Amino acid sequence: MSPFQLKETMVTAIAEKRQKSVVASAQLVAADKRYKILQTTMKRHQLQADALIEVLHKAQELFGYLDTPQLKFVAQGLKLPPSRVYGVATFYHFFQLKPKGRHTCVVCMGTACYVKGADKVLAGIEEQAGVKAGETTPDNQVSVLTARCIGACGIAPAVVYDGTVTPRQGVPEARKQIKEWMSHGS
Amino acid sequence: MAAITLTIDDKQVSAEDSQSVLSIAQEQGIAIPTLCHLEGVYDVGACRLCLVEVAGVNKLLPACTTKATEGMVVRTDTERLRKYRKITLELLFAERNHVCAICVANGHCELQTMAYNQGMDHVRYDYCFPKWDMDLTHERFGMDHNRCILCARCVRACWHIEGAGTKNVAGRGARSHIITDMFQPWGEAESCTSCGKCVMACPTGALFERGSTTGEMQRDRTTLEFIVTAREKKQWIA
Amino acid sequence: MDLSELNQIKERELAARKKYTLRCCMAAGCMSSNAESVKEELEKAVTEAGLGQEVEVRGVGCMRLCCEGPLVQADPDGILFEQVDPDAAKSIIAALKGGKAKARLGNPQSPFFTQQKSIVLANSGIVDPERIESYIAADGYQALYHVLRELDPNEVVTEMVTSGLRGRGGAGFPVGLKWGTVAKSPGAKKYVVCNADEGDPGAFMDRSVLESDPHAILEGMAIAAFAVGADQGFIYARAEYPLAIDRLKKAIKQAKAKGLLGAGIFDSPFNFTVDIRIGAGAFVCGEETALMMSIEGRRGTPRPRPPFPAESGLWGCPTLINNVETLANVAPIIRNGGEWFAGIGTEKSKGTKVFALAGKIKNTGLIEVPMGTPLRTIVEEMGGGAPDGGTIKAVQTGGPSGGCIPAHSLDTPVDYESLGKLGSIMGSGGMIVMDQDTNMVDVARFFMEFCMDESCGKCIPCRAGTVQMHHLLDKIMDRKATARDLQKLEELCDMVKSTSLCGLGQTAPNPTLSTLRFFRNEYEERLQPDVFGPRGNGKPAKTKASA
Repeated sequence: MSPFQLKETMVTAIAEKRQKSVVASAQLVAADKRYKILQTTMKRHQLQADALIEVLHKAQELFGYLDTPQLKFVAQGLKLPPSRVYGVATFYHFFQLKPKGRHTCVVCMGTACYVKGADKVLAGIEEQAGVKAGETTPDNQVSVLTARCIGACGIAPAVVYDGTVTPRQGVPEARKQIKEWMSHGS
Repeated sequence: MAAITLTIDDKQVSAEDSQSVLSIAQEQGIAIPTLCHLEGVYDVGACRLCLVEVAGVNKLLPACTTKATEGMVVRTDTERLRKYRKITLELLFAERNHVCAICVANGHCELQTMAYNQGMDHVRYDYCFPKWDMDLTHERFGMDHNRCILCARCVRACWHIEGAGTKNVAGRGARSHIITDMFQPWGEAESCTSCGKCVMACPTGALFERGSTTGEMQRDRTTLEFIVTAREKKQWIA
Repeated sequence: MDLSELNQIKERELAARKKYTLRCCMAAGCMSSNAESVKEELEKAVTEAGLGQEVEVRGVGCMRLCCEGPLVQADPDGILFEQVDPDAAKSIIAALKGGKAKARLGNPQSPFFTQQKSIVLANSGIVDPERIESYIAADGYQALYHVLRELDPNEVVTEMVTSGLRGRGGAGFPVGLKWGTVAKSPGAKKYVVCNADEGDPGAFMDRSVLESDPHAILEGMAIAAFAVGADQGFIYARAEYPLAIDRLKKAIKQAKAKGLLGAGIFDSPFNFTVDIRIGAGAFVCGEETALMMSIEGRRGTPRPRPPFPAESGLWGCPTLINNVETLANVAPIIRNGGEWFAGIGTEKSKGTKVFALAGKIKNTGLIEVPMGTPLRTIVEEMGGGAPDGGTIKAVQTGGPSGGCIPAHSLDTPVDYESLGKLGSIMGSGGMIVMDQDTNMVDVARFFMEFCMDESCGKCIPCRAGTVQMHHLLDKIMDRKATARDLQKLEELCDMVKSTSLCGLGQTAPNPTLSTLRFFRNEYEERLQPDVFGPRGNGKPAKTKASA
């Protein structure tokens, strides 16, 4: 094969690969409205690579968590290597690569909450839910998470139930909430 | 570019002002230990082995990313630095499962050589014994995460020289690990061109050619340097 | 927009003031105690009582005494209601006319309030953070006008140098010097970044400032941009602070609509736009080089300095990075002059500092005090000491990068140098009080675990060193360690401090070192005699190094 032919073959191969991913992305957009919104978000940022974190925020907002198809879609859209997108998504705690339960309970483990017994509250919640922090109950009802500090130190210990910051949580209150969520399932 | 003079380990040397302390020292035959430094790719100053003392600066500076300045007085081999280097190596050995006796790179490993040179004869810290997998899905190469020191040389070679961006670091802290594409098996990574530059870049036995057995994995790092030089100087254009 | 329009807005706003104002705290602390329905009920009660012409119900920023929320304060008499229940709304309205309110009365004359000196928090709890008019009525954007129309960039930098303001993010670098460096750096494109990635656990000053007075940050950024020659700004905020982000977004929109951001501000040739970048949960991104990586959409790993961001920052351009509280000081300094600011505080630490008081203390909340105020005044007088008859054992400042100050050193004035001498740092302003029940080894382990979790993994001392230090602290906690382990711990602390790449690693050993310094007995009483082999790990020697 002459160098010229070799180059031709390579160019065709790359073009095919590229076309395949473009088609795949277009199919996603056509099939799922959320991908269309995600695409609009990327376009609003002029498909700039530095918008990656913003775009991942949006994707997580739309899908609840980040799965491989979404990450691939973003990589294709922003013209980034997939490894870069995955690397960024796993660097930041906020991005979830696994689906969350129907309810989430975030225990603040900041210093102020810690000295006021957040560790005991977390232990109580973990026991009640039967899973460790960072996990979701098998029935997909409750995800137990921890936060580094939600900045609500004045009302420590604080727990965020489904997005609502709740002040001065004791073990009994926390257990009660988890129990209620878990019994509402199935 | 201007010529400057500086002092490294009591030796007066002259150099160009764009040079790093590390490259000047190397030219002068002064050995500064390095692990994450690789000729041909940009430096990140991550392994902290090349830290040197600079007079008038109260922090230790990495020789690889510190530009030389006129009149700089550098010390590369003080008792304090030797102590820190030894601890750094101990930390590396305790972090993952480095078992030289059964390693493909035994005898050709930069980490091992470094430990010999720095006189690190045992590890005083408890071993972490993390569970890491091996990836043998690629037809030509293999990756053993147990032997990885996260120097990211493969990542930089893949990006900077090959331009593929197949490899990257995922996760963070002690859970950092090298991935291919979307954390897929290497053999399924579409962007990989199988060029083998990452294998050439690896300082330990983490990346290897399949089929090599204990002590067989030797690599010729000058190849990478040659490729970079050829590209920068456009030597390929006839 | 010109000055007369600005003054018009101010006068219109002041003229619209009613006889009574009920200020309802709408910051995150009170919001979580149902402050939103308190405000709604109060509004309803005003309408029902037909007092719409006389009473204004205004949502404001943080009123500081977070532990007693939701807070409502009634002007003009300044009556403070604590722990207000939505059901008490009617009685509070009636109380304005001499009735009796069914809510606990607070004491605005208590030391918690009277010992404060407000510069950064001057508008907090007074202006409505969601309305730009409210900020303009409090002399907002006057400083920006003065700077753009009457000063040149050099004069602005000189004013900052005169003020002696030092960075409030932790290290205390002189702000004027930093601005001057960026201003002198060659480059057509420059950036101003507001570091609102307040990651220290136990610190919520920046969150409160952003929630209470977002326009002050925008004005500070615009002044900074003019001084250094930048035309674009970024606010890097934590995703954990949705309310602050929301208010910032509103503030940017309002400022744009009024022509206070954008092109040709105040009919000058100065252009400035601000974008918000939302972090995604990485403490290390508070480090300036990591923060810039994150703004560029990459993994937030720091890089060695030099080059400093002032020379080569975002996308290689000169970049000014200041923390929220630092920028909040800018407009007041310009309005009142650098000399005025330099008159407050101590010789080397000028102005005031905002602290978030939390932990085992009666009054938790936000305080702003002049630099040099003794810790004892803050903790005992203002904070009211430990609750339930406890005794204070130590005060932790500076979060995971700081240290524990023992009770016998409480007479230390808070300024950069004094805290540094005690092995702690000023930090961003978290102040956690610990009582006799707190185990100091556990505290050290808590912070080490934090640093271990938050280490980015780029450099070895921080990535592997924190793991080993945490392991050693674990062993000490579990009473499985020997004197040899303690020695190893101290050696590692020194090594990680000296060799780590960025501030996170360099300061990670601080809590351990400071507790070792002041509470060494708590470590030593947990040690076991060294019975087994030379490794002294409580187990017979087993593995040998594989090298």
